[in-house]
Amino acid sequence: MARTRRVLPGFQLSLSITLLWVSLIVLVPMTALFLRPWELGAAGVWASITEPRVLAALKLSFGAAAVAAVVNVPLGLLTAWVFVRLRFPGRDLADSLIDMPLALPTAVAGIALTGLFAPKGWLGALLAPLGIKVAYTPLGILVALVFVGFPFVVRTLQPVIHDLPLDAEEAAATLGATRWQTLRRVVLPALLPALLAGFGAALARGVGEYGSVIFIAGNMPMISEIAPLLIVVRLEQLDYAGAAAIGLVMLLASFGILLLLNLLQRRIGRFA
Amino acid sequence: MNHRATEEARWVRLTLIGTTLLLFFCFLLLPLLVVFGQAFSRGVDAAWESLQDPDALDAIRLTLIVAAISVPINSICGVAAAWCIARFRFPGRDLLVTFIELPFSVSPVISGLVWVLLFGANGWLGPFLDRHGVRIIFALPGLVLATMFVTLPFVARNLLPLMRSQGVSEEEAALTLGATGWQTFRLVTLPKIRWGLLYGVLLCNARAMGEFGAAAVVSGHVRGQTLTMPLQVEAMFNDYDWVGAFTMAGLLALLALVTLAVKLTLEWRMGLLGEALL
Repeated sequence: MARTRRVLPGFQLSLSITLLWVSLIVLVPMTALFLRPWELGAAGVWASITEPRVLAALKLSFGAAAVAAVVNVPLGLLTAWVFVRLRFPGRDLADSLIDMPLALPTAVAGIALTGLFAPKGWLGALLAPLGIKVAYTPLGILVALVFVGFPFVVRTLQPVIHDLPLDAEEAAATLGATRWQTLRRVVLPALLPALLAGFGAALARGVGEYGSVIFIAGNMPMISEIAPLLIVVRLEQLDYAGAAAIGLVMLLASFGILLLLNLLQRRIGRFA
Repeated sequence: MNHRATEEARWVRLTLIGTTLLLFFCFLLLPLLVVFGQAFSRGVDAAWESLQDPDALDAIRLTLIVAAISVPINSICGVAAAWCIARFRFPGRDLLVTFIELPFSVSPVISGLVWVLLFGANGWLGPFLDRHGVRIIFALPGLVLATMFVTLPFVARNLLPLMRSQGVSEEEAALTLGATGWQTFRLVTLPKIRWGLLYGVLLCNARAMGEFGAAAVVSGHVRGQTLTMPLQVEAMFNDYDWVGAFTMAGLLALLALVTLAVKLTLEWRMGLLGEALL
């Protein structure tokens, strides 16, 4: 026989099911997102996404997500290091709690953080005398995004720290480096690609985040209104093309950022 | 100095652990405690009563229906996808994996938006559906479709690495010994992948029941009819019904805790600790 027969059965059946499933649930709807903005014409799309309110929302979503991801880098590095390298009672249980922000439905996280940071909440009441307002301000958005992004940085770093060869650190110590020098010159450079990957994952999650943010944000146009909320607003006005335009910009911008980070990561990986 | 060169000094270690645990308490545990604290702030009876509210019961029922439809479909199709991707080589295979994972990198709001663009009042098929009296958006089908989009990757994504690493020698042996394809799948493959499958179904279900953004866009917010549990939390929260909102949120938080506990058990069984819950 000229054609090689496949030994395992079920190729055609499983591939047909998969293609039908992915096409109906992912590809067809995503096509609508890519095509519908252009009903406005290229100039219309441009006008629709350069509206001051839209620009402010996009700036806020990407800016807050970036700052939250930056905050999560040291927090995640500390946590991942402690959980991989140090021993303490209750470690395994605490380790599974790292995933709490991912397991908790976003609406629950949203009202919980709002309850916590509201002026009369447990933490809000502590911060109020210091003049710090978190709930219903852009700072609240940041808190919510740090919360949901945290596991991404920790989970990206943990396996990498686990696989770090100890002999490099031992060599550095033998050659007279202090522990701090070893961490800064040997360990940190080796972790840099993973730190970037974790940063990117947290950033991507933060840009599109909706449920945990809208409760605590206050949602004032131009000040604390995130881009996903503006999509909802435009849909309520039946401006489908305008809503799709914001969605498309968000999607393309996130992919662009992730691609850049990926390239940067490879660069660093090659030098390290 | 009595610690090894690749370790920090004792006081440094204790400071690191202390800081991390403080971070954990303030950031991961306090939100949970707030949910239960607020739910029971007027006593257990008030919390229990808020769950007897007809709208609350309808929300619970709707959430169970949505999950009961979307999770099995995504699980069966996910197994089919993992089977053809892990077992066969064909052109476009990597692209297919990319498409399957796409919903993970899309904002929940966009996951709902795409369905409105198709089936909403101004959607491509909106007028057609309207003429035939079919409602998808602001009704159960829309909620199911949005939930399916959001939870599509879970089962396939968790099975793929597992099936790739397991190989096919057992299946080939079964086939050589005369088993039919279906028998091979049911008696050889399914037992091999059952823990990984359960793991994927668990995460898929947790997300299906907890999804907020995508559901909010397609729901239409009709009380007692199109509000799932997370949407009911929002509705009661906006009504200043804090006991009701936090009690419903507490139920969802319990679901999350149970999910994490089962996940930990499964990871222990599969021997892969530290896998991300994405």
